[in-house]
Amino acid sequence: MTVHEIVLITGMAVITFAIRYTLFAVGHRVRFSPWVAQGLHYVPVAVLTAIVAPAMLLSAGGELDLGVDNAYLVGGLAAIVLAARWRNLLVTIIGAMLCFFLWRWWLG
Amino acid sequence: MLVGALPFGIIFGTLAVSSGLSAGATLAMSALVFAGAAQFIAVGLIASGAGLLVILLTTLIVNLRHLLYSASLLPYVRHLSQRWRVPLAFWLTDESYAVAHRHYLDPNAAPEYKHWYFLGSCIAMYSNWFACTLVGVVLGSTLPGMADWGLDFAMVATFIGIVVPLLRTRPMLVAALVAAAVAVVAHGLPYKLGLMLAALAGVSAGIVAERLTASSAREVINDGA
Repeated sequence: MTVHEIVLITGMAVITFAIRYTLFAVGHRVRFSPWVAQGLHYVPVAVLTAIVAPAMLLSAGGELDLGVDNAYLVGGLAAIVLAARWRNLLVTIIGAMLCFFLWRWWLG
Repeated sequence: MLVGALPFGIIFGTLAVSSGLSAGATLAMSALVFAGAAQFIAVGLIASGAGLLVILLTTLIVNLRHLLYSASLLPYVRHLSQRWRVPLAFWLTDESYAVAHRHYLDPNAAPEYKHWYFLGSCIAMYSNWFACTLVGVVLGSTLPGMADWGLDFAMVATFIGIVVPLLRTRPMLVAALVAAAVAVVAHGLPYKLGLMLAALAGVSAGIVAERLTASSAREVINDGA
């Protein structure tokens, strides 16, 4: 392990633990201001979508790629349909990956 | 839950090794950080050559949701000593939260043993995550071509599977659409700033949309009165 890796992992571990433990440590009920509570509510959706959208819609070179030869787009759309229909994480993952790999194999 | 995390951990291991993280660092990350989504994104950032500060800041944003989980479980753990609270907080993840929260709401379970159940589900998730990372690291080092198989699509599928069921209200949908649009447009920005910008825009859009929906609902009530 390099020094850079050690610093990185220590930093990530401290940040993650601090987020998870702070409220448990204080122990009494903490009232968030309405703005903070409202904002936190949207964080998972905003962050995860911001990660997924470029992976689906952009080519490796960063160009917008909406063609049928973009397996990430086709597989992603399949995942959206499966997730909306079944609301089951495992079904979504397995079904979408199957679709993604079949599409890639079919394209050659 | 365990089955769902199985491919996730293996894929994390292979991706981490192929993105240039050493085997030791990959295992250390799974053992010490123990946060699937943040670990995946960190590995993606490492592969794209992002700096330390960007990765740490992204970790903070991606893991902020755990603050909500801890706030929700707080009433159930406040009677416990810190010797209990520290490990339970360390192992608090999406999965263990889901399992523990359901169990705490179950009226048929013995209340004095509920934290044992919480601890047990945590330890099961933790050992599973670590073992799968190990398998992934071994696979990734022995089959170097695995990085080109498109296994990173597993992350896309997983995140879609988490997000779509959350899009039950219109403000949530607005938050997702705005975050997606900004992320695509701002993708070219250095240091992966696009991700942070998109997250911020999505959260703001959600709040604004919620206020607008609330005020229009009030108007409807006032009109009716």
